[in-house]
Amino acid sequence: MLEQCEGSHAVAKAVALSRPEVICAYPISPQTHIVEGLGQMVKSGDLTSCEFINVESEFAALSVAIGASAAGARSYTATASQGLLFMAEAVYNASGLGLPIVMTVANRAIGAPINIWNDHTDSMSMRDAGWLQIFAETNQEALDLHIQAFKIAEELSLPVMVCMDGFILTHAYERVDMPDQAQVDRFLPPYEPRQVLDPNDPVTIGAMVGPEAFTEVRYLAHAKQMQALDLIPQIAAEFKKEFGRDSGGLIKTYQTEDAETIVIALGSVLGTIKDTVDDLRAEGVKVGVLGITSYRPFPISAIRDATAHAKRIVVIEKCFAVGIGGIVSRDVRSAVRNRPQPVLTVVAGLGGRAITKASVHQLLLDAIADKLELLTFLDLDWAVVNRVLEREKTQRRSGPIAEGILRDMGSVLVPGA
Amino acid sequence: MMSIAAFQGGRHAQAFPSFGSERTGAPVVAFCRMDDKEIRLREPIMQPDAIIIQDPTLLHQVDVFSGLKKEGYILINTTRSFAELGLGEFVKDFKPEHLLTVPASELAMNHVGRAVPNVPLLGAFAALCGLISLEAVLSAIDQKFKGAVALGNKAAAVQAYNTVMKHNAEETHHA
Amino acid sequence: MEQSLVKFYQTGTFTVGNRLLAPEQRSVQSGAARSNSLNSGHRACQGCGEALGARYAIDAAMAATNGQLIAANATGCLEVFSTPYPETSWQMPWIHSLFGNTAAVATGIAAAMKAKGRNDVRVVAQGGDGGTTDIGFGCLSGMFERNDDVLYICYDNEAYMNTGVQRSSATPPAARTATTMAVGEHPGNEFGQGKNVPQIAMAHEIPYVATATVADLRDLEYKVTKAMSVRGARYIHIFVPCPLGWGAASHDTIKLSRLAVESGVFPVFEAERGEVTGVLKIRHQVPVEDYLKPQKRFAHLFGKKPDVATLARLQARADRNIRRFGLLT
Repeated sequence: MLEQCEGSHAVAKAVALSRPEVICAYPISPQTHIVEGLGQMVKSGDLTSCEFINVESEFAALSVAIGASAAGARSYTATASQGLLFMAEAVYNASGLGLPIVMTVANRAIGAPINIWNDHTDSMSMRDAGWLQIFAETNQEALDLHIQAFKIAEELSLPVMVCMDGFILTHAYERVDMPDQAQVDRFLPPYEPRQVLDPNDPVTIGAMVGPEAFTEVRYLAHAKQMQALDLIPQIAAEFKKEFGRDSGGLIKTYQTEDAETIVIALGSVLGTIKDTVDDLRAEGVKVGVLGITSYRPFPISAIRDATAHAKRIVVIEKCFAVGIGGIVSRDVRSAVRNRPQPVLTVVAGLGGRAITKASVHQLLLDAIADKLELLTFLDLDWAVVNRVLEREKTQRRSGPIAEGILRDMGSVLVPGA
Repeated sequence: MMSIAAFQGGRHAQAFPSFGSERTGAPVVAFCRMDDKEIRLREPIMQPDAIIIQDPTLLHQVDVFSGLKKEGYILINTTRSFAELGLGEFVKDFKPEHLLTVPASELAMNHVGRAVPNVPLLGAFAALCGLISLEAVLSAIDQKFKGAVALGNKAAAVQAYNTVMKHNAEETHHA
Repeated sequence: MEQSLVKFYQTGTFTVGNRLLAPEQRSVQSGAARSNSLNSGHRACQGCGEALGARYAIDAAMAATNGQLIAANATGCLEVFSTPYPETSWQMPWIHSLFGNTAAVATGIAAAMKAKGRNDVRVVAQGGDGGTTDIGFGCLSGMFERNDDVLYICYDNEAYMNTGVQRSSATPPAARTATTMAVGEHPGNEFGQGKNVPQIAMAHEIPYVATATVADLRDLEYKVTKAMSVRGARYIHIFVPCPLGWGAASHDTIKLSRLAVESGVFPVFEAERGEVTGVLKIRHQVPVEDYLKPQKRFAHLFGKKPDVATLARLQARADRNIRRFGLLT
């Protein structure tokens, strides 16, 4: 049924419909509305046979989920940014143990400097931990992906991170088609664990593994993600059959068939990029968009095939690897290896800076004119940067960088100024 | 609520704040887009078709009218006129029937007991440009509020709406 | 389990009593039906107090729950020596997640059982002093505060033994460890530091807190059994000597535990919701030196020039425990 609601609410409802048994929550912007919604549903009795636990840290949150999942319960938690880092040890533990936990990451920048707004740095920091990572483009997809995530996780026995842009999606009101319980029940059967702590059939989970077998155990984690490359599209197809719409899958393409330039991105910015592409097409420019939905496993073949005829690829990413450059673009490069296609990295939207149609439009025109550098920081204020570098050259005690910049920009008043 | 009202009217709507976690006392900007097809754009609204100013003390502190189109609508929560607010010069090129002031805080005080102008402004906005209907606004109120608070808000919205409609009718009559 | 009228004391290797007791009064360990949850074949050191304590505690818990028990275990000696790849000594469902999250993992297991309506299945969490008083402290306090239905057992050998005897916040003052060496003006661990976790547990007002040692294994079984008869957060802190880490003879484990009790160094008591409800009285008080001398980790206090001042301070700490808990009749 169609409704107009906040993204967080849509996700909370979708999680509730998936019949979770244990939900653990530690608050952090911008995920708070999701867990508050779920807490309310449990307390009011709308969501039954479910334990909602207020934990004392994100590390505890994921640890509670680990215990619950190992004991055979469908488990869920949500976090962002600093919280994801605080639970990092548990993130690796959950995937290493093969526990099908579903976790929402409401994408937010990581400090220092502290910043509560959207970018992808948080989930990128855990991209190699062995979790599946799927990115929602809209609130509809966010709600759909959570339902799919439980199914994917439980079939593979691997945990899944559902990533959605903090504030931009979580706090936006949009129209969504909310499924009903019967539909979800038909699509998602009760959790049947591959391994479970059962007094009637005891097992030891979490033993130490030495050099003799560690490589094999770790390779199996990789092999499972490779299986996911087939499973994810299959589940998306099953989803379409039950719910009647396209959601999920590995990648999505828009006007790429004859595109000379293909723009690649993850998450909500794809909407803005598609509008820009429509404008450029109207001007006669042959440009298309490729949205990556499944970031881990990274769909190398699908991306390679979809970009076969493009002259150039522009990757717009909301993250970067300090000291080297783009993160997503490097993964894309491995998909197009041995092809003479330049992959241009554009780092944009860091810390919640708006990615505007105008900027993307100009950026793509530059790319087509071969005027774009290999690595671009979109809308970077060079004057501000250079002022800091100058200040550091001339004084040892140049002060905290963030404060210095904010003073330069007038965000912080200088006494007497 | 505006987006809910637009949704009730069968349109697509996207509403989002500029700062997700507002703190009491900080200036806040919120955006709403409406369309008959799916809205994909995610950037903040840079060239609004309409601006609603809930707090007129911001008028000369923040560039509230940045990007506003010349055919745009301006709705301000105030008991004063555009001229009295020092905006006479600014609005002289705007269409008079697109400009509106409403004492929304006072309306809210009367009907709900709190000077929260949002809902009366919604009612006024419905009358001002007809993008959302009064019925839709009332339905949105019911979705967000319950009991006496809902009733009070609905009354405030209706009064704001009727006042504007009446004012428009008189203007037309004069013309 | 009822207390018998005649008290049988276990002294050294001369265990007394079980054969002379009526069957229903015998210890869990003496019965053929004991679960052997921590089965033989593990890799613990000779004389390991933790292996002894864990065997008694978990078998008692299994008996009390009709075998419907799940264990979460912290990283540490117990975890390492009981699950040497590719084997496991555990004959019950057991999970090792991380070092600092054991209490939270146990909370999760308990929540899963509750969600599934499995009231009969109970949860025990276990860890050493490192995993309990330091790195696992946040999660422990969280579990206490929520009153989750978990029995947390801490096996306290007063240092990070598994990694090579480094100091923890359970290390007693003046003790030598790898990070509090017996050198300089104040050799060994600092005075005035450390955490008393049983008292912190009491401050959370949880239903049941108890301390125990491997010198009185009947008492330990009784406390675990009692704990399992209660719902909510429960905490048992067991004093377990480590021959290797303490530089003690492997046959002195039980003796050292007894000396710790009889000197007042380790008070043995029970508490409910923050109030002490019972203490194990000292039978024959011994000076603290009797307890310290057999341990090389305190050797720097003795010798040609004994550190009289420090010994006096250690005696004063023990005397304070005796006063505080009323350990002498």
